[in-house]
This record gives sequence, C-alpha cells and structure tokens, in this order.
Amino acid sequence: MKLTVNGTEHEVDVDPDMPLLWVLRDTLGITGVKYGCGIAQCGACTVHVDGAAVRSCQLPISALEGEVTTVEGLSNAETLHAVQEAWLDHQVAQCGYCQSGQIMAAASFLDLNSDPTDAQIDQVMSANLCRCGTYPRIRAAVKAAAAKLNEGA
Amino acid sequence: MSRIGKIARRTFLIGSAAIVGGVAFGAYYVNKAIPNPLLDDLKDGEAAITPYVKIDQTGITLITPRADKGQGSYSIQAMMIAEELDVDPTKVTLTPGMPGPAYYNGAVMDEGAPFPAYDESWIAERVRGMMFIPAKLMEMQMTGGSSTVKDGFVKMRLAGAVARETLKQAAAQRTGIARASLQTADGHVVLPDGSTIAYTDLAADAAKMDPVTDVKLRPETEWKLLGKKMDRLDMADKVTGQTVYGIDMAVDGMVYATVRANPGIGGDVLSYDDSAARSLRGVQQIVPISHGIGVIADNTWYAFRAAEALEIEWGAPNYPATTEEIFAELEATVDNEDRFDHRQRNDGDVDAALEAGDVIEVDYRIPFVAHAPMEPMNAIVQVTDDACHIWTGTQIPLFVRNHAADITGLERDQVYVYVLPMGGSFGHKLEDTHVQQAVELAMAVKGTPVKLTWSREEDMTHDYPRPAAVAKARGQVKDGKVETFDLSVAQSSLMTSWFGRLMGPLPGPDATITTGSWDQPFEIPNYRVTGYRAPDMVPISSWRSVGASGNGFLHDSFLDELIHAAGADPLAERIRLCMHEPSRKVLEAVKEMSGWDGPSMGENRGRGVAFCMSFGVPCAQVIEVTNTEGGIKIDKVYSAVDVGTVLDPVNLEAQVFGGVIFGLAHAMNCETTYENHAAQQDNYHVFEGMRLFQTPEIEVQALTNGDKIRGVGEPGLPPAAPALANAIFAATGQRIREMPFNKHIKFV
Repeated sequence: MKLTVNGTEHEVDVDPDMPLLWVLRDTLGITGVKYGCGIAQCGACTVHVDGAAVRSCQLPISALEGEVTTVEGLSNAETLHAVQEAWLDHQVAQCGYCQSGQIMAAASFLDLNSDPTDAQIDQVMSANLCRCGTYPRIRAAVKAAAAKLNEGA
Repeated sequence: MSRIGKIARRTFLIGSAAIVGGVAFGAYYVNKAIPNPLLDDLKDGEAAITPYVKIDQTGITLITPRADKGQGSYSIQAMMIAEELDVDPTKVTLTPGMPGPAYYNGAVMDEGAPFPAYDESWIAERVRGMMFIPAKLMEMQMTGGSSTVKDGFVKMRLAGAVARETLKQAAAQRTGIARASLQTADGHVVLPDGSTIAYTDLAADAAKMDPVTDVKLRPETEWKLLGKKMDRLDMADKVTGQTVYGIDMAVDGMVYATVRANPGIGGDVLSYDDSAARSLRGVQQIVPISHGIGVIADNTWYAFRAAEALEIEWGAPNYPATTEEIFAELEATVDNEDRFDHRQRNDGDVDAALEAGDVIEVDYRIPFVAHAPMEPMNAIVQVTDDACHIWTGTQIPLFVRNHAADITGLERDQVYVYVLPMGGSFGHKLEDTHVQQAVELAMAVKGTPVKLTWSREEDMTHDYPRPAAVAKARGQVKDGKVETFDLSVAQSSLMTSWFGRLMGPLPGPDATITTGSWDQPFEIPNYRVTGYRAPDMVPISSWRSVGASGNGFLHDSFLDELIHAAGADPLAERIRLCMHEPSRKVLEAVKEMSGWDGPSMGENRGRGVAFCMSFGVPCAQVIEVTNTEGGIKIDKVYSAVDVGTVLDPVNLEAQVFGGVIFGLAHAMNCETTYENHAAQQDNYHVFEGMRLFQTPEIEVQALTNGDKIRGVGEPGLPPAAPALANAIFAATGQRIREMPFNKHIKFV
C-alpha cells in the first residue's frame, strides 16, 4: 500500500485493517500523532487527510484516501502555523501529550471557519480531551490564532 | 529565621569532578550538626558528587533529575541552575541524567512528618528537617508531592553558583585578574575590558581545581530569570510534535508488545488458549508473565489485536469482588476502635460536647478513581547477559532499577534507566508494574529490545486508584458559630499498598488517611479528626494531591454544612476560624476577587467557598454556578494560593488551572467501580472528566506571605470539589456528600 505523509510517499506492507495511527507511529516512526484511547474519544490521534481533521485510530489504512498531514508537517522549517504560534504565545501545553491532536483539530477548524464564535470554539474543541487542564489556554490560543489568521487574510 | 539562616544551618559539601574533557559540578549537603545514627550507615561514596552542571569543550549540560510529567519540573530545574550560572537556558543541553542516589528528593517526605505544614515551631522544623535522611536512605529519587521546587530551590541554584565561581577562578588563574573583578554572562566569563572567555574553554582548567564553595546565593531582587514571566523550555517541542515521550521512543531492532494481565489485580492465570491469537498477522511470540500473558509482535496494533484474541481463565485475587463489598468493609471500619489508626487532631472535648445534644451527623463517601493520564503505560526494555536497559517515563527511576535487578538477577549497577518525558501521570507513574512486565518479556527474547505498551483498557483496568473512603462527621453550632467538628475517616492504607509494591510496607500509622483534614489551620473549640484503617483491599496508590484529594472534600464540605447551620457567612466564618495568617490572606483574596457578598446570587445561582492547605500551600477557591434546565453549569472559579515565593508565574497559573480542572472533573463524573474484582471503567467514554465546553473561567492569584518556598502541582486541586459542592448547595439547597456528584445531580 502507498500513502503520502507530510509530502513524502511511503510504501507499507501491513494488514489492511490496521488503523492509520499505527501505520504512522510504528511502521513509519512518525510519533507526533498519539495513541490515547483507540475509540475516538480523546482526539490525541487527530491528523489531517486532505486538510480535514480525522481520528487516525479509527481509519483503517485500506480506507485512506488522500494525503496525510501530521503535526510534524503542519508548518515548514522556517515558520510555525498560526495555531502553533498561538500555542507557544499562550504557553498552552503541560504534559503536551494531547496537544498534537488539539493543534491539528484547531488548525483544521480554523481553516473551515476563521472567525468562530466562543460557543463554536467550545463545541469543536470539546471533542479533544486534555487531562492536565489546559483548556483555558486552548480557548485563548484558538481565539488568538483566529485573529491572526484574519489579520493575514 | 530568614531563608539564608536556614541554609547556613546546614553544612554544604560541594564537589566537582573531572569528566572526559570537562568538569561536573554538584551541590550536596547533610546536617552534620545533629548526630544521627542513620547517617553512620552512609558510605563515603554516597556523599559523592551530585552533578547538576557538566561543561566540556562542546557545550554546557544541565542535569534536571526530577522527571517531567507535565508540571514543568524539567524547565524550572534548569531555570534554577541557570539563574546562578549565567547561561541562557535555551542554549544549553538539558538531560535528566542517569538515576543515582545523589539525586534523592529530600522534600518529598516532608509532609510525612507528624506536624501540620503551618506549624513552624522549632521541634516541627527540626523533625521535618530530618525527613531528608529517610528519603535518602530509601533512594527516593522521586518526582511528586509538589516537591521539585521545594527540594531544588537551594541545591540547584547552589550548583549553578559554585560552577560559576569556579569557572571565574579558572579565568582568574589564566588571566591574572582577581576573581572578584570578573563578571559572568551568557555562558562566558567577562573580563574588566569587556573581552570574554567561554565557559567551555575554561572547563578543562576548572576540572583540575578545588571548587570555589564560598558562594552566596543571589537575593530575589537580583534574579534575572526566576520570578519573571518565562516560557517553558519544553514548549516549542511540544507544539511541533518533537517531544519524545516514553511511548515514542525507538531503539534499533525493537519489537512491539502488549500484555493482558488479570483484571483482578494480583490474581493468577489459571489457563489460557492462544491458538486464535497465534494465527493472527504480525504475531511473533506469546509469553506468559506474572499474572498475565504477553504478546510480542511486529507492531503495537498487531499486539493489541492478538491480546484481545487470547482466551484466558483468571484466578480470583485476594480482595472483595465488588464495590458494594468494599464499601461495606469501609462502613465496618469507620468509628471501629479495633481499626483505629491515628488521631492527630483532638482539641477541646468532643465527646463531652456531643453528649450535650443538638448534633448534626452526616455520612460522606469518596470513590476510587483512576489516574488515566493521556499517555498509557509503556516501557522499552533490553536484557542481555550483563545489562538491562530501560527507557521509560517514570517518577521512580531507582525503584524501577531495583525491581529490574531483582527480576533479572543482575546487579543494580548493571541496570540502566533512561527517563523520558511523561504524557501526564497524576501519580500513575509512581508505579512500575508495566516495566516489570516488560522486563519479563525482554528476558524471553534476550538481546532484543521489547517495547511494551498498555492499551487504554489495560491501563485503566490496571490502575492502582485513589483510595475509596467512608467518613462520618458530627458537629455542633452555637451562637452563630461552629463549636464542634468531629470527622472520622476510614480507608485502606495507601502507604501500605503503594510502598508494599515499591520496597515493602511502611510500618506505623498512615497519615494519608487524614491528610488534608487533620492538618487544617482552623481553631474550633472542640475539633477532632480520626483515621481508621480498613484491611488492604483493591491495591491503591497516590493520586494527584494524595490524601488531600479526598480529605479536602470531607473537611471543607462538612465545615460548610456547620457554617450554614450556624447561619454564619461561609467566608466570614472561615476567616474567623482561621489562625494562620497566610491562610487567612488567601481567604481574604478570594473574597475580594469574587466580590463575595454571601452564597446567594439570585434565583438558581449560587457561590461556594472552600479552603484546603496541602503540601504546605494554603489554597482558597470561590466557585459560582447556575442551576440551568440542563443541569449545573460551573460559571467561574476564583483561586488564591500562597507558595511563599513564585519562581514561574506563567506556569503557576497553569498548574492552578490544572488542579482546579482535575478536581472539578473527577468530582463531577469520575469513579472506578469493581465487579467480579475488575475495574469497570476501561476508557474515557465511561470516565469522562471535563471537556472544554464545561470549563469555567478561572482566575488565579498567587500570594507570597508564606515564609517557605512550596510547589504548586497539587495544592490547586483539593478545594475545587468542596467549593463546587458548596456552590451547588447555595444554588439549589441540595447538599452533596458523595463524589462523583453526577450520582446526585446533573451537569450541563
């Protein structure tokens, strides 16, 4: 099977039922994407497939259609994505384990809706679990990233 | 006594050591003034160098031995060294180093001393000061107990200062300019003419010198890094996916594994059938281990899938099968004098007062709760004939080492533990059952590194949870005041269970049964707190804020009941009862922050206040709620804490956010229950915690009236649950005496 991750094409020989998450992590060694629950409850495994946020723990590799982007591929070497910059500015992460998924979820959300209301931010970002309690800063960082993206637009 | 005075009371032994092409600096101290037979057992070697700073021609390395599980230990340790060393902490290498007894945590045991944290009498101070000796003897290189800053505040800054002055001395020798005329900045010694010599150039010379030990720590007014807004040094890696957690580590040639252990913790495997599992793609080997079966495969997912396909008949463990039976045992323990454990608070005459009548008597319950950090347990282990290598995120690297030596039969110094960042812990990674399993698997495939990962389900059903507890509370009010407060708490001993796994049960009473309730800074005429010890049942462990996570709820909820019964104002009465100035100030701070004018906020709205001192940190919170049609909505939290000295204001706020949210989340909707010996909550759909839409606005204020520096990873948690319960009472008139609250009321 072939798949493209962060612009690089890979050929893998795995069980067609294997979730994309484990192809990325164990077969390709791309570990920014995290295993948290395995049942689409926590969002730590969120990646983009053709720009849309996807729970990679639920997507069998055989059902993958499109190019995969993980947090490692969200920004280029020179500049961070506006969401990552906002995460840095707001010092969001504590343990950081859920943050790849949070950032990927936020980036995809702001791509679809760059001027979200507070209620929309709360609703969409509630799909991603954080156990350290970084939510107040996630909320602030998503708002700041939205403002920045609008400024640039 | 001033802080400097306390430092001077001890004798500092400072060392440096030549390393290949460079020098390592440490700071190590023991109190020689008090003859102590325990110290006689220490070999000379144990007073050896404690390296925190290593410099060679290629660069500067700071050693940060307290592992980071998200609370910022890694970063703040580096900042403490850098403050004195004059290096840019973003331009040096940071490493946790190899575990060693020299990195023992002298502060983690402090709160085990039989004095409340606000008691700063001479005897309390002296006994507390001696607690570092058992910590050292027990090889307590442990991260936990909100202790990283408290433990490192002097010794890590001192290591930086000794290194700085010794490097200056090396420069003085080279240039002939007196050390006193030299300055330091950004990893360089600066000469009077403005020219510089890099520390890295001076390292080889410094290694040949006796270290300069007559150093003075810089006063707070001269700090350049500490106390200022700072960025955590791990932040950039964490937002770009570069952090290598234990679960992300890779070692050449490694295979992937998982286990299924008996969900009845400690029970045996009676029989198993692996024929279906064996036939699945990617499976290499099925390996029976202690209390379970392991699967070694080409990929973690193959291992998970095969483990699910194993058919295993489990033997029963030696604890009751259901939550109901466990709580029946706790009910049979509370106020049972045969199971008396300790009574560290007994003011006035509670029995006489209660006999007089008009007693308010109520029961409280605390459930088991799992830690459930986002990163499930994992470890990579490679066993060879003469070494065992372990890569894992852990709070207890030396116990990990010792246990691996026991299992493999290797010497302890043949076991190498490489500590990696943790994706959360909350006390979970104070355990190492999973590492022991990985060692067993690695012994089955000697030479090959085995990466063990627990599935989320394995993790949550093999969590050693926070102890469940039952409490009886009795009290009286008189003339609008709280007159009698009597709390009896029953639970199994966490210290027996946890230490039993680490190194053997600790003898004596278990203070954690009442930590957070007996040690509160209030003066009530008749005031008694008693701990009763239930038999060992489900194995239990430390959970963020340990005893105070349950006791904070018990103590402050019942205090609130009495204050309401007295018809007093909840905040004013707490302030009146409080006899500890820094604690009173945090209560006054939340009064001011919240604009407190009583618990009522109009129809369907209310606010509650709660207070708990834990780990020596007084923390008060006011929570505002609305009783909506869909359930309780938590609107706003005001929290004031006093950590004595604030080193990192940005992370302090984050830690209080974290404590509040962790406290509220589990109070709202989390418990671990048992049926047929097995934990029933195996994933986040049935152990929900808090989501962003439920998260209130949280305002944090840090006060610095306490005269000691304290950690803040835990103290924000204990007041959250009682403040919420007290707010719900204010808004609805319903008093909730059992966590999780959603058994009794709905939340939005």
